[in-house]
Amino acid sequence: MSDVRLSPGAEARLTEIRAAAEAAVDKPAALGPDIDITRFRTVSEADTIASLDSLERQVKETVLLSGFTADETERSASYFQMDRTPIYERVQKAFDDAIEIMSTEEALKLYGEEMLEKYWWRAVDPGKDKYTAIVALHQTEGYFIRIKAGRKVEKPIQACLFVSESDVSQNVHNVIIVEDGAEANVITGCNIHTDVKEGLHAGISEFYVGRGAKLTFTMVHNWAEDFSVRPRTGIVVEEDGVYINNYVLLKPVKSIQAFPVAKLVGDRSTAVFNSIVYGLKDSVIDLGSETQLIGEGTRSEAVARTVSMDRSTVYSRGRLIGRTNTCKAHLDCRGIVQSAESTQWAIPDLASEGAPGAELSHEAAISPIAAEEIYYLMTRGLPKDEAVSMITRGFVSIDIPGLPDVLRKQIDKAIEETSKEAM
Amino acid sequence: MSSEQAAPLLRIEDLHVSVGERDILRGVDLTIEEGETHVLLGPNGGGKSTLLNTIVGIPGYRVTQGRIVFKGVDLAGLEIDERARLGIGIAFQRPPAVRGVRLRQMLEVAARSELTPDTVADLDETLSLGHMLDRDVNMGFSGGEAKRSEMAQLLAQMPDLALFDEPESGVDLDNIAVVGGAMNSLLKGEERISERRRAGLIITHTGHILEFVNADVGHVLYNGRLACKGNPLDLIEEISSHGYDKCVECALCQTFA
Repeated sequence: MSDVRLSPGAEARLTEIRAAAEAAVDKPAALGPDIDITRFRTVSEADTIASLDSLERQVKETVLLSGFTADETERSASYFQMDRTPIYERVQKAFDDAIEIMSTEEALKLYGEEMLEKYWWRAVDPGKDKYTAIVALHQTEGYFIRIKAGRKVEKPIQACLFVSESDVSQNVHNVIIVEDGAEANVITGCNIHTDVKEGLHAGISEFYVGRGAKLTFTMVHNWAEDFSVRPRTGIVVEEDGVYINNYVLLKPVKSIQAFPVAKLVGDRSTAVFNSIVYGLKDSVIDLGSETQLIGEGTRSEAVARTVSMDRSTVYSRGRLIGRTNTCKAHLDCRGIVQSAESTQWAIPDLASEGAPGAELSHEAAISPIAAEEIYYLMTRGLPKDEAVSMITRGFVSIDIPGLPDVLRKQIDKAIEETSKEAM
Repeated sequence: MSSEQAAPLLRIEDLHVSVGERDILRGVDLTIEEGETHVLLGPNGGGKSTLLNTIVGIPGYRVTQGRIVFKGVDLAGLEIDERARLGIGIAFQRPPAVRGVRLRQMLEVAARSELTPDTVADLDETLSLGHMLDRDVNMGFSGGEAKRSEMAQLLAQMPDLALFDEPESGVDLDNIAVVGGAMNSLLKGEERISERRRAGLIITHTGHILEFVNADVGHVLYNGRLACKGNPLDLIEEISSHGYDKCVECALCQTFA
C-alpha cells in the first residue's frame, strides 16, 4: 500500500484498521483451541508461472482434490497463489469483460479509494481476534474477484491458495464482489503440499452480493494433521441477492475454527449454507455459520452433515438472528459418530431481536445409523459394509447446487473409504 | 411338485426362537415346496413376524433349538445378505425410512445391478411408482406407497421364496388389488402350475389378500407352534366365526399335538 497515493479519508481508514488490529494481536478467538501464532514465520515468495500446466504434477493432483483443475476449458477464470505469491491469474477470453481477477494487493493499488470505502474490512472486523489481526498487519495477498453488473457467468471461477512450506502462516485476505444482477460460481480450494506438516492458514474473506445478484461459493479444504486453519468470513447480501455457501472438509486437520457471518441487509435476500464435514484422526473441528436476517422477507437455511471418526472432536454450530417480522430461517444439523473416542456437539442457536414475527426453527440430531436400516438394505442382498456405506453416503448427500462433478466424485470416494474404515 | 424332488425348498424343523428373555417360537415345523404359497394366520404376538424375521436372519432373533434349511443349506450362521442372495426375499409390514437412499437405488440393489430401464418401466407401470422412485425410500410414504415399494423391490429381486408380512395392513382396497396383483405375478407368473417355481409365505390377519392370491396351505401359529393346517379360506372362516381358541381345537383341519 505504501506506493499508492490515497485521499486523507482513505489514509485515516487504513490507520483505523491498523489500530484495531494492533489492539487485537494477543486476543484469542471466542471459539476453538488457541494457537501460539508467534512461532510461525510468514510464507515466502514463489516464482510466477506462464500456465497452470507448468505446476508440478504433485501440486496439480493435490489441488484437483479440491476442484481446481489445470485444464481451464471448464473454468471462466483462475487464480493460483503459491505461499505468498499470486503465481497465476487469468480470465478466459470469453469472460474478459465480465470478470476481474487479481490479488487483493493489486486491487488496492488499482481501486484503493473504492476498496477502502466499500469493501476492505467492511464485512469483517480487523480487531475481532488475533487471526484477523495477523492478516491485517502481515497480509500475504489473497484473491480479488469482481463480476460486472448484469453478467451471469455459468462456468466456475476457480481460486487456489496453496502452502508449500512448513512452519509458516499464510495470511490471505480475499474479496469477492458480485455486482447488481450478476451471477457467479466460485470454487476455492485451499491445499498444502504433501510434504508440509505444521502451519497456519488465516484467511479473511469478504463477499459482497449486489441487488438481484447471486454468488455460489464452494470451498473444499484439504489440510494436514498438524495444520491449523482460522478463516474469518463476512458476507453482505443486498436486495433480492442470493448467497450459497458450500463447504466440504474430508481430510484431517489439526484444528479448524470458522464461523462465517452473512448479513442479509437487502429485502428478500437469501443465504444458504451447506456443509459436509468428516472428522478424522485427532482433528478438532469447530464450524458453523451465522445469518442475520435484517431486510424484509429475508430467508436462510443452513444444512450440516457431520460424520466423526477416530479421536476427532467436531462442533457443528448454527446461529440465526431474526431482526425483521417477515424473515424465515431454518437450521438442520445432523451428525453420526462412528467412533467411541470421538466427540460431537450440535449447537443450534436462534434469536429473535425485536422481531416477534420472525420464524426461526432448527432440527439437530446426533445418532448412529439405525441397525434396522442396515438390515433392511441387507435383506435386498447388500453386504453389511456396503449397506453402511450406502446409508452414510445418503446421509451426507445433501443437494449441493453448483458442485462440480469432480467434487461430487471426490466426496463419494472419501465417504466410501471412510465408511470401510469404520467397519 | 414332482416326486423326484429330493429336498423341499424350505424345511423348518423343531424351531425354537427367543427374543431377549422371551421364548417366542417353541417348536415350529414347516415345509414349503417349490411353487407353493402358504398362509400364516394367528393372534397378535403369536410369533408370526418372529418366524419371518428368523428366516430372513435379523439379529436379535435367537434360534435356541432346531434348524432352518433352505435349498439344502442350513441357514445357521448365514448373514441376512447371504440368505437374500441364496433366494430369500421379504416384504416388510413397516419398512424403515432410509434418508438419502432412493427407492430406485433399492431396486438396483435388489436386482443386483441387472436393473434395466425396461424393468423399471415395467415396475412403474405395474405398481404406479412414479415420483416415488426418486424419493428417499419409505420417507413419508403412505401405507399404500410403502407396500407398493416393498413389492417393487421383491419383483426386482425375484427371490425363490418370498415372505410377506401383512401385505394388506393399512392399505385401501385399490392398493390391495395392486399389491395382490404384484404378489400373484411374482408367485404364479404366467407359468403353468406344474412349472411354478417360486414359493411364498404370507402373514395375513384379514385374508383380504387371498382374494387376489391363490394360497395352497394355511397354518395357524398359536402359542409358539403351528397349531393346525388346512385350506386357508376355511381356516379364515372358522377363525372369524369362532376365534383362534376354537379354531385350533376344531376338526376341520389337521391338528398337531
